[in-house]
Amino acid sequence: MSSPDRGTPLVELRDISLAFGGIQAVDRVTVDLYPGEVVGLLGHNGAGKSTLIKCLSGAYRMDSGEIRINGEKVEINNPRDARRHNIETIYQTLALADNLDASANLFLGRELTNAIGMIDEAQMEAETRRIMGRLNPNFRKFSAPVSALSGGQRQSVAIARAVYFNAKILIMDEPTAALGPQETRMVAELIDELKRQGLGIFLIDHDIHQVKQLCDRAAVMKNGALVGIVEVADVTEDDLLGMIIAGKRPEHLAA
Amino acid sequence: MTAATAHAPATQKKKGVFAALEIDTRLLGMIGAFVVLCLAFNFITDGRFLTPRNIFNLTIQTVSVAIMATGMVFIIVTRHIDLSVGSLLATSSAVMAMAQTAILPDLLGVGLDSPTVAALAIVIGLMTGTAIGAFQGWLVGYLLIPAFIVTLGGLLVWRNVAWYLTSGQTIGPLNEYYLLFGGINGTLGETLSWAFALVATVAALWALVASRRNKVAHEMPVKPLWAEGAIGLLIAVTIFGFVALLVAYQIPSGRLERMFVARGEVLPEGFTQGYGIPISVLMLIVLAVLMTVVSRKTRFGRYVFATGGNPDAAELSGINTRMLTVKVFALMGFLCALSAVVASARLTNHTNDIGTLDELRVIAAAVIGGTALSGGVGTIYGAILGALIMQSLQSGMAMVGVDAPFQNIVVGMVLVVAVLVDILYRKRTGGKA
Repeated sequence: MSSPDRGTPLVELRDISLAFGGIQAVDRVTVDLYPGEVVGLLGHNGAGKSTLIKCLSGAYRMDSGEIRINGEKVEINNPRDARRHNIETIYQTLALADNLDASANLFLGRELTNAIGMIDEAQMEAETRRIMGRLNPNFRKFSAPVSALSGGQRQSVAIARAVYFNAKILIMDEPTAALGPQETRMVAELIDELKRQGLGIFLIDHDIHQVKQLCDRAAVMKNGALVGIVEVADVTEDDLLGMIIAGKRPEHLAA
Repeated sequence: MTAATAHAPATQKKKGVFAALEIDTRLLGMIGAFVVLCLAFNFITDGRFLTPRNIFNLTIQTVSVAIMATGMVFIIVTRHIDLSVGSLLATSSAVMAMAQTAILPDLLGVGLDSPTVAALAIVIGLMTGTAIGAFQGWLVGYLLIPAFIVTLGGLLVWRNVAWYLTSGQTIGPLNEYYLLFGGINGTLGETLSWAFALVATVAALWALVASRRNKVAHEMPVKPLWAEGAIGLLIAVTIFGFVALLVAYQIPSGRLERMFVARGEVLPEGFTQGYGIPISVLMLIVLAVLMTVVSRKTRFGRYVFATGGNPDAAELSGINTRMLTVKVFALMGFLCALSAVVASARLTNHTNDIGTLDELRVIAAAVIGGTALSGGVGTIYGAILGALIMQSLQSGMAMVGVDAPFQNIVVGMVLVVAVLVDILYRKRTGGKA
């Protein structure tokens, strides 16, 4: 499946399992991700995509399995551990504190401080203006709480937060779900740009068409288990749909 | 780039006067309500309400509840509640009273009125309050028992721990240095009060200038210069006006005479002296500044508000929200103990019913001051103003001669109406309720 000539994967998720009560949400799933690659995670609601990825982002603790980053086994017990390994996540719910402004959200948990340990509001806002100028030049509401922002603006705050801190591994959980066509295009361009910079990206998405466009490989899950991982170029959208619905690998790829 | 273009984005477009001043309209509304309240009482009492004497008393009566209200803001902002503050105050007060009357003098072999005893008793009390608060925070944050239940239990437990410690007796008289924190027994006098006014004004103006400089350095929009000047002037007038009022309250000549006799001197003919700022009020002012800085300029404060706004987002951002809960409750416990110093020193005794129903006053002060029970919203100055409004209402009605039951009925209704007004205000301004 994975090409041997690409060296060490950026991330290896090996035999990850996680059960909630009696339900096996993730069942011995193995996926890897190389630098400069976008791997799409596909599946129905409840297939276990988000749960799998939350084990990597530190929101959940897996029951068994191991995570390797650049070939080394790592422990990720909470979101802080994940951030230490340069893993950034854009959650479907965006995970923004609605009562705080854009810069407070961007730097949440990693505030810039001055010599005596006080938060340097002005510096943070200046940095926010700079990165937003790059990501979403129309963004103006720097001092309003993010509850006053539109879906697209909130999305760009969430993306800015993930990008600003030099992420090496980016997890995007339905990043375009709440966006209009123009903003969706903006996200697509951003993903291409980040790919070129050598980031590895896990993209969870329902939109098969978009997965075909943005991803290099697609991993399909059903009922918590991995159906298969395919090179997106080798399959049609119908093949992917078949994997999602029937849980079968396409015939021409079946070894 | 020319100087003109560099400066162009840094000045705002023409706006209304209040918009340019960037004063919180909600704060303005509260101050307005407070002023109307004071003027109304002053009118009804034929000018007895707004006398230096009454204002002096009002401020020292407000301190105890106001100190705790600043901590309650953090508690409520993180979507918790603390019903045990009155009882926690009682336990801390009991511990300090017993320490300074029964234990420390014997242990140290010094007199009842030694300054060491007062200092040690206060340190022990503050540690007790902090420890109890941290324990309750641990129950809430790590064992995930709802704060309402933990502190409802605490309300009973700590009230009766205090009773047990003192066998229900009134403990006193307390150490004379300890009594300095009570209000009228410890004031700065005229010279120090004016010095304080000067230092406070200079510090406030310096903070204004520093903040503006920092914004300009990062090429961010700033207020027009006249607006900054107006705010600076307003601050200076407020500080000096407040100090002038407290200095205007004269120490009665009999008391002055006794003070001079105690020092072995004779009261000179025609000598008068104002009380000036009470030490307890000074403490509250310093605390208000500190807590405001904590809430706005430290990571701890930022995390308190982030957690209140969206606990999941805070957790996913790597904030240890459990430990944060412990810290917030520990801070509340510390402030209850600090409040206990002021309350028992003001009464010159520890009494068994000290702090009874304070939890309701403190929560009411925070809520009237604009702290939203849904979390994420609240200010320190709002809570202090809330405490001041409640106290003014209470003592104003007492002065007018309203019957005790009606006083409480009115206070209860004001609380509900204040929250209603707040909800309507937030709806209109589009903020989150």
